[in-house]
Amino acid sequence: MLSELKAKLLAESCEEYLCRLFERIEKSSLNAFTTLAKESALKEARQFDKNPDQGLLAGVPIAIKECISTRGIETNCSSKILRGYIPPYDAHVIERLKAEGAIIMGKTNMDEFAMGTSTETSCFGPTKNPWDHTCVPGGSSGGSAAVVAGGEAPCSLGSDTGGSVRCPASFCGIVGLKPTYGLISRFGLVAYANSLEQIGPLTHTVEDTALLMEVISGHDKRDSTSAKGERRSYLPGLGEGISGLKIGIPKEYFGEGVNKDVEKAVWDGIHTLESQGASWQEISLPHTRYALAAYYVIAMSEASSNLARFDGLRYGSRMGEDKDWHTTFSAIRAQGFGPEVKRRIMLGTYALSAGYYGRYYLKALKVRTLIKEDFLRAFKEVDLLASPTMPIPAFKIGERINDPLSLYMADVFTVPINLAGVPAISVPCGFAGHLPIGLQLIGPHFGEAAVLRAAQAFEAATPFHEAKPEVI
Amino acid sequence: MITREDVQHISWLASIKIEDEEKDELVEHFNSILEYFHQLDEVDTEDVEPTYRVVDLANIFREDVACKSLTQDQALKNAPRTENGYFKSPRIV
Repeated sequence: MLSELKAKLLAESCEEYLCRLFERIEKSSLNAFTTLAKESALKEARQFDKNPDQGLLAGVPIAIKECISTRGIETNCSSKILRGYIPPYDAHVIERLKAEGAIIMGKTNMDEFAMGTSTETSCFGPTKNPWDHTCVPGGSSGGSAAVVAGGEAPCSLGSDTGGSVRCPASFCGIVGLKPTYGLISRFGLVAYANSLEQIGPLTHTVEDTALLMEVISGHDKRDSTSAKGERRSYLPGLGEGISGLKIGIPKEYFGEGVNKDVEKAVWDGIHTLESQGASWQEISLPHTRYALAAYYVIAMSEASSNLARFDGLRYGSRMGEDKDWHTTFSAIRAQGFGPEVKRRIMLGTYALSAGYYGRYYLKALKVRTLIKEDFLRAFKEVDLLASPTMPIPAFKIGERINDPLSLYMADVFTVPINLAGVPAISVPCGFAGHLPIGLQLIGPHFGEAAVLRAAQAFEAATPFHEAKPEVI
Repeated sequence: MITREDVQHISWLASIKIEDEEKDELVEHFNSILEYFHQLDEVDTEDVEPTYRVVDLANIFREDVACKSLTQDQALKNAPRTENGYFKSPRIV
């Protein structure tokens, strides 16, 4: 897709292409873009048309999730508390995109501070699923998925703390990758749960994801958790096939709680991989059932610390007359944060408070060790794991928002991957009625090349990535 | 069990003011979520080390040399209240 787009942009006009996208966005009812950088994007497009550069993404427009810092373009995490904040610097991934000639189109809607599975907790209201406007697009990178699925941008970046790239990719019928922890610099990504999150691409095809990974991955000394080592290449291995690949099917990821259509589509997907030369065997990840609880304790605890910086002092909103420090900040934070963010900060504060640290936070970190060991053990036997990305297809807007625990449960197959820090991709593998279903392929640490190769082999053998929603 | 008083205390610790009418719903949500968390008690974690980071990392040091940073104007640009080139905070003492 992107390679054809690049050729088309060179042959025709980048400015015209971009104008058509902006026209479409301005007529759109998806509520997926929050801020448009029309002026700067069109200026870059005109420059490209006059003097095309040679970068890997030369002239390619890209949409960016609201929590990734973009110099000069508002970055507000879809939160009232950060409205109006204009970063004075670019995130590492934005520097990389610009260095390769990509054009930043604007920012996309998300659950407030990435806390959600549906993009309903945004201060801008929910984004709609392009396949069914009464359904959620998934979250938290719902805007980034909807703009790609809805034809408003050819590709985008999201971030994935517990499934926030893979869930919306699954619900919107596109490709989304959560890379190995440390592979992509988090410099400039507004932190929610920093030991879990990674930036990841959302695209129509696996090849496009591989191309974006070539651009955004690599060491950055400004992120102390950034992995060292040679820059890796992901494009050359694509198309080599999966003959002899051993795939593990974690039995805990099937059965109770999984929608029948989802289960069938995923098994069909596994058989497709088998027909391409892979073999499969059942394996066990015995601590799976504790992953959700461990994940939410850790994520909320880290959030309570990371979001302490939002105090209306250096950025963000400050209302009314200043009183004493605590009263002023408590009032700013009460007005600026939405209900889910408050709930997570407060529960995280509780989990870290005197007398409870051992019971909740430390306990969760120990369970995290057991979950990570489950994966390490599995990858001694098999090369990749396959599972549903989400146990269900997209649900209705408003259906779960008042029951936080039922929303958390939807993350059951995505959060273990973040706890273990391994990479996983979601690729379209079928439909439940008219709603897309995602197949999740999980690899060992820094096993992106194998994950992408298998995903590409699957894509080449199936038609699902070609299906497009009828956009109104 | 979390009570209305607990919620008040947590709100103070978290520096997020809550109104009286929000408390009942917070109590209900907190208790159902914490009850879910208590299934972690079933797991035997005797002799298990906690995982703080999934990738092995040690402290990273750099040479103590000055490098380019934001200008004062850039740093203050997003601040809602400033005075004489400083961030203006509420009174502390």
